[in-house]
Amino acid sequence: MDKNALRKNKRPKKIKAYQIVFIALVYLFLYMPIFSVILYSFNVNSDNLTFKGFTLSWYSSVLKGDPLWSNMWLSIELALVAMVISVVIGTLATIGMYRYDFKLKKYINGLLYIPLVIPELVIGLASLSTFSKMGMDMGFATLVFAHVTFCVPFVIITLRARIADFDRSVEEAAMDLGANGWRTLWRVTLPMLAPGIFAGALMSITLSIDDVIISYFVSGAGQITFPVKVYGMIRGKVTTDVYVISTIVIVSIVVLFLAYMLVKKIWNKHHQN
Amino acid sequence: MKKIKNNKTRLSILIMVGPTALWLILFLLIPMIYVVYISFCTRGTFGGVENVLTLDSYRKIFSSLYMSVTLKSLVMAFETCAICLVIAYPFAWFLSKLPKNVSSFLQLLIMLPFWVNGLLRLNGWSNILRDSGLLNTVLINLGIISSPLKIMYTDGAVLLGMVYCFFPFMVLPLQTSISKLDQSLIEASMDLGATKRRTFMRVVLPQTLPGIFAGTIQVFIPSLGAFFVADVMGGGSSVYLGNIIQEQFLKARNWPLGAAFSVLLIIFTLVVLKFYSKVGSLDDLA
Repeated sequence: MDKNALRKNKRPKKIKAYQIVFIALVYLFLYMPIFSVILYSFNVNSDNLTFKGFTLSWYSSVLKGDPLWSNMWLSIELALVAMVISVVIGTLATIGMYRYDFKLKKYINGLLYIPLVIPELVIGLASLSTFSKMGMDMGFATLVFAHVTFCVPFVIITLRARIADFDRSVEEAAMDLGANGWRTLWRVTLPMLAPGIFAGALMSITLSIDDVIISYFVSGAGQITFPVKVYGMIRGKVTTDVYVISTIVIVSIVVLFLAYMLVKKIWNKHHQN
Repeated sequence: MKKIKNNKTRLSILIMVGPTALWLILFLLIPMIYVVYISFCTRGTFGGVENVLTLDSYRKIFSSLYMSVTLKSLVMAFETCAICLVIAYPFAWFLSKLPKNVSSFLQLLIMLPFWVNGLLRLNGWSNILRDSGLLNTVLINLGIISSPLKIMYTDGAVLLGMVYCFFPFMVLPLQTSISKLDQSLIEASMDLGATKRRTFMRVVLPQTLPGIFAGTIQVFIPSLGAFFVADVMGGGSSVYLGNIIQEQFLKARNWPLGAAFSVLLIIFTLVVLKFYSKVGSLDDLA
């Protein structure tokens, strides 16, 4: 840490104007389509091929009730269920693999890398063919099975990066003072890992809520997630309620994000005193 | 690390690692093996598969039509990586010059778009770029062009979509690599009289290679399978490996052929990873 601090102080940081322009252009590239989504949520024209003018009427009709909400809720519900399962089993596995050495460890490690490196498309169709072979109907259960499968590795690897610089002596101290294994886990290990668990949970939700490819294969007729529903429209006409609901989601996320930054700031101040 | 000592330890391992292991075996390992198996089966009359083993699907893959699509997909994946790298490297480098609190905020801004569904962001592009879209409307009204530019539904548009979707995956590992750079080596190189260019080639580039490799893999592999980018941005003629697999599986109901293409995709991935494992760690890919 000290070495880094020294290095940082020595380093002359001068950013030139053209470099700032370059950064700004990249962000413009990343955000332009989002602005276009927001703009189209106000579109007078219902075919959404051209933008004709502003109206708020879509918002009032969407807020009164819209069939797409059920797809959105399904996506959120799925992301939360998959997150809880992934975080619970993933955290346990990370700690277990960190604490103990055992023969099968390297095989489990190998399995973890599959979702990271094999294209989602392959995992999606593999899940579909296996589930239907097992006689399962595609629905919420199959969605959860598949989502946890690609979320768990990310939870574990995120957490593993944190656990690597983890102070073993605190755990040992707790054991020496007479706490048993589970008590140590609950009172010492888990609280220390909390930031990593939080990061993993966020990662899991992000991956799950945005997933199109795998969900497309394993969702059934009555259980269609928001992204899969959008995929169904995308080659033809995208209805304006899609833009409206997405805009509402964007705004809520920005608000949540700002609230999080604020809480973090207050928290840090509080802890410094 | 503790060695296995007693049954109690064994039980702890089983309780802690067991659920994840079981989950991954059931829902990942078995399905992957099953896909390889299906690729050797015969197509069922009503879709699905019949357990008659054959190499037919593999013979079909190597027909000239399918091979040209495979080649086109590989070229597209390479182009996507190259463009992402050329933009992301200076971008990550410039970001690293900003004060810590600004750059970590900007880093969050890279991830934020992921919360808007990827398909919809691509659709946002098509609203901007199509013949009657925002860009052409503005340009025509300004009198810069008289007839709309043909941008959408071309291979160029697919490339733009690919770069757009996977750009963040290139930036993040590069940022990690650049933040780990040993500045004293750069200073030493400059002090010893090396030019900026030489310092970059001999000091900076070798040190950031792990980030370059990790980023390239994270862009290359998903771009091979992302059928939805070509669906949204490309016209009917833009068919890539991902589209073929998806269509064989869900529309033509030829599972063995779709599975054989998947095996091809897995082989490409493994070859790329084989090279990668010599230079970087798999954990950097998360």
